[in-house]
Amino acid sequence: MADTTSPPSADRVDQLNRLLETIPYVHLLGLRAEILGDEPVLVMPGDARLVGNPALPALHGGAVGALLESAAIIGTMWQANLTKVPKTITITINYLRSGRIEATRARASITKRGRRVATVSVQACQADPEMPIAVGHAHLLLAAP
Amino acid sequence: MKKLITSALMRAFARSSPHMRALGFELISVEAGVAMGRIANRPEFVGDPRTGVIHGGVVTSLLDSVGGAAVLGKLRRPMPIATLDLRIDYLRPSAPERELTARVECYRATRNVAFTRGFAYDGDPDDPVASMAASYMLRTQAVRRSG
Repeated sequence: MADTTSPPSADRVDQLNRLLETIPYVHLLGLRAEILGDEPVLVMPGDARLVGNPALPALHGGAVGALLESAAIIGTMWQANLTKVPKTITITINYLRSGRIEATRARASITKRGRRVATVSVQACQADPEMPIAVGHAHLLLAAP
Repeated sequence: MKKLITSALMRAFARSSPHMRALGFELISVEAGVAMGRIANRPEFVGDPRTGVIHGGVVTSLLDSVGGAAVLGKLRRPMPIATLDLRIDYLRPSAPERELTARVECYRATRNVAFTRGFAYDGDPDDPVASMAASYMLRTQAVRRSG
């Protein structure tokens, strides 16, 4: 019998990680997708190369920004079942706490999906999932189907 | 223009950030409130393998760092700062393999917060690839340590 439902999450996350591996900058940051509940979470491992302020030390805002933007794109592709990668029109990032040099997890939720544009919220947490280190809002341009 | 923070000091500041060192970021100049910096577009910075366009995260790192340098240039004395918020608009895809340059102005600094705006371009400053607006908290470590 033909299975018309979406493939199970485990298969989809493998597919997602294969896509991530083809993106050089995502590979450089070491980003990997994991499944939490039914949603993908993008994980950026703690790495000395990501330090922006060595005095604290704290993660560079650009590295946190790259994680949030990537999570917005990946989360939107997952939730909206897109095969083409949407383009970022704009992203606004609020930095709430300095990021420690440890694994950072980011997940996205679509606030509104329009025909051409998706409005997406994204947040990044470290050890404590209740204490985000940064939140972001993005508008993504969806590719014509 | 007063340059109480010397170029050498600013370059040392840029080098002190491991992430910017890893990306090969170079600070070009810091005048009173205006900073410029650049980054080579290396193959490992690509965000879209089909087009070769650079990942937005690299543009974010560049503009965030140059913005920080602009703030320090405006303040004219070194102090710990931290990005409070940052908005990036992607105006057009950057050309593959082109070096990216950022120019950020710190147009206002108060006791606690400094405000910046700027652009990143891949050749022509009048045809930017991204615009940014960011604010930075000042004296962050001092506050944290004494508080």
